Amino acid sequence: MNIFDLQDKYKEREFSVVEIVSDYLKRIKEVDNRIKAFVTVDELGAIERAKELDKVDRIDFDKMPLYGVPIAIKDNFSTKDLKTTASAKILEDYRPVFDSTVVERLKKAGAVILGKTNMDAWAHGSSTETSDFFTTRNPWDLSRLPGGSSGGSAAAVAAKMCMASIGSETAGSIRQPASWCGVVGTKPTYGRVSRYGVVAMASSTDSPGPITNNIIDSTLILRVIAGKDNHDSTCSALEVEDYMKGLEDGVEGMKIGVIKEYFLEDMNEEIKEKVKKAIEVFEKAGAQIVEVELMDPKYAVAVYTIVQRSEVSSNLARYDGVRYGKGRKYFGSEAKRRIMIGTHVLSSGYYDQYYLKAQKVRRLIIDDFRRVFEKVDLLLAPTTPCCALKVGSTADQPMFGEMMDILVEASSLAGLPGISMNCGFSKEGLPIGLQIMADQFEEDKCLQAGKFYENERNIVSLEPDL
Amino acid sequence: MNKYKVIIGFEIHIELSTRSKMFCSCDAWHFQVKPNTKTCPTCLGLPGGLPVANEEAIKMCVKMGLALGCSINKFSKFDRKNYFYPDLAKGYQISQYDLPFCYQGEMEVDGKKIGITRVHLEEDTAKMIHDRDGSGSLVDFNRSGVALMEVVTEPDIDGTSLATTFLKKLQNMVRYLGLSDCDMEKGRMRCEPNISLSCDGKLPDYKVEIKNVNSFRYVKKAIEYEIERQSKILEKGEVPAQETRGFDEKKQVTFSQRLKEEANDYRYFPEPDIPPIEFSDKEIEEIRKEMEELPDKRMERYKKDYGVDEANGLILIENRELGEFFERVVRELVIRGVGKEDFMKVAKIVVNRKVGKDDPEAVDNIEKIVKGLGELIDEDESVRVVDEVFLENEKAVNDLKRGKENAVMFLMGQVMKKTKGKVKPGEVILIIREKANG
Repeated sequence: MNIFDLQDKYKEREFSVVEIVSDYLKRIKEVDNRIKAFVTVDELGAIERAKELDKVDRIDFDKMPLYGVPIAIKDNFSTKDLKTTASAKILEDYRPVFDSTVVERLKKAGAVILGKTNMDAWAHGSSTETSDFFTTRNPWDLSRLPGGSSGGSAAAVAAKMCMASIGSETAGSIRQPASWCGVVGTKPTYGRVSRYGVVAMASSTDSPGPITNNIIDSTLILRVIAGKDNHDSTCSALEVEDYMKGLEDGVEGMKIGVIKEYFLEDMNEEIKEKVKKAIEVFEKAGAQIVEVELMDPKYAVAVYTIVQRSEVSSNLARYDGVRYGKGRKYFGSEAKRRIMIGTHVLSSGYYDQYYLKAQKVRRLIIDDFRRVFEKVDLLLAPTTPCCALKVGSTADQPMFGEMMDILVEASSLAGLPGISMNCGFSKEGLPIGLQIMADQFEEDKCLQAGKFYENERNIVSLEPDL
Repeated sequence: MNKYKVIIGFEIHIELSTRSKMFCSCDAWHFQVKPNTKTCPTCLGLPGGLPVANEEAIKMCVKMGLALGCSINKFSKFDRKNYFYPDLAKGYQISQYDLPFCYQGEMEVDGKKIGITRVHLEEDTAKMIHDRDGSGSLVDFNRSGVALMEVVTEPDIDGTSLATTFLKKLQNMVRYLGLSDCDMEKGRMRCEPNISLSCDGKLPDYKVEIKNVNSFRYVKKAIEYEIERQSKILEKGEVPAQETRGFDEKKQVTFSQRLKEEANDYRYFPEPDIPPIEFSDKEIEEIRKEMEELPDKRMERYKKDYGVDEANGLILIENRELGEFFERVVRELVIRGVGKEDFMKVAKIVVNRKVGKDDPEAVDNIEKIVKGLGELIDEDESVRVVDEVFLENEKAVNDLKRGKENAVMFLMGQVMKKTKGKVKPGEVILIIREKANG
């Protein structure tokens, strides 16, 4: 069931919003004690909002394209009067006085917010294991991790505890958990969606985006949250396209690049195989597949680590406990590690050697992609080097996130849009992700190719057995 | 008096009179306002707050740079200056590091050229109120994020007299440009002299910075004190420590605050939340065109067009409103056929409201015309009229309280109208200012 199907039922008054929302809340009660995707469930708020929506006489779906859609929000998006913790102890009791732009737009579009989802504290990680509260489990195998940092958002969608969720990606935080949880994760171009009200991680790459069960839902939600925001000067004024137009146009005639360097040597063979099979589906439909070369992704990891740590060390400086929240001593060890590295690389005498050099290499990475996108419309690659790992895998692995995100960090540094979607399962029954990347502000191409693949892929069920 | 040569450079912070703050849309007026009522997620440093640069402030900064003959960086950016203090909401101040809006200008003061290193923009911090009734410190975030312009000079100033003249001239220039009222008592203009003594005329390798001195008189005192203090150290064959010092207004002495070794490493890096700012030649020219006439230009014009002498001219330009009043009188007199040769006398009358003794006949004539309006009213009566004008012109009064300099002229005009010009303009301006400041 996608958003259109749900809204058809609303139109025919088959269900009320209260009924749908209650169903989802019930589902959360049934399964979330095992998955632990939610930090906060706003039962009262959700029902109240559903009642309001049920009172709407004539539903205008143009004005409220997300009317009655039950949605979960990653806990780093400010929600007015609703706890917003970024899964960090320091913000355990913090209730914002304002809505982030994304949340404001979702509410205005008629979405019902069910609650806030778990994440790696401050979004520092790719597992949810660094959450100061608890670890979220992968709905496909409860002994495994959902990925992260938007792990709660991806797991909640996979476990059908909400229709869709909002995540944020700095480098992999939407696509990697989407891949591990077998759902659709859309990371828009940097600057396509406003960051206002999002607890800042790395300001120069943070990108909010939807996590959904299908491409249509991603398309609808992205259209609502994207676009100019006077509160965020890095947010583009470029008009938001109607992504639904051309969504079903297929991939015939498209030129699609396959990145040689992204099929890593030590990568899980099953992943290589499934992704190659997916590429064949594109080829069969008339897409022209070309092999392209990109810079070795290991350089992106180094650049990303320096830039991100630098920005983190400065962005976390405001959490001094003077105006709100608990004091600095409540920072977890991962946050402390990042603050220390960031502070070090920005110190006088080291700045040129690290930060400045990293920015120069970042420029090269951007140019590298620009060169490739002169020749192709899209790039296809695996999303992650391995499938969901066991709970506990991140212990003593400070670079865990960077290794899991190796295939998405370069495009994140270049600010490019990308989608991760399921392209099959491993023998162990774990989801495998295919990622589709495009040039800046070409989300439409990603979605169009994604929709094509969704129609053509041969996947029996995307419902984990819970 | 002293065998050492004093070398002074300045860092001057000026709060701009923009309506909203530097990086958010909060009201920038923070005087006599209930604490923490002019705040938002951005200037409070709440999670997710983002800065959006105030275009008006950027324009003002460029205007200042142009007035000081600076080059304008066509590609500029903001940077983060990282340090911790309870009055700094975000744990960093957004400032400008290596690409300020304006650089390399100069100002001529008493025939000497003073180099302007740079003019850049940043944000003010919150205000700390310490130990009221001993309950600890309070922070008022109304000032947090107010637009602050910093002017940095080269170490080209060689004494207290030049220092004071320079500061006054700069202050007057800012007021002419309508960028700020530069009210030092309110901290709208703060001066930080960097002082060192040289034995051989060369720049010594130490300097002492005096923080936030808030009157010209104190700047003079602080410099004098430092000359004496540093001389004594040098006499002993030692070198004064490079440090930051404060000025104790009561004791009239400076005191050590922070030694160089304790100096912060601010870990500057480009502010990722604000895209770089680019100017075209055309945009810079447009700002130049909008620029008001500057004091030096006005002086030149008074001398050339009206034959005003240096002494009276200085008084007329030192006080923008007085100069404007003078021009108004001149315009009146031109209509009545008074010629250029008498304008100097008009200037004197305006400046002194007294008849000069040198040429009684001609002066009498102008005096009669200027006073064609009758006897002057006394100060009490002027106060009463100003009261009336304040009641009738609420908007202008509010504008004035917010530092809008043009409002003074407007209110003055109203007083002139009511009294048919029978007041001493200098006196009325003072009354208006005092009343506006409560």
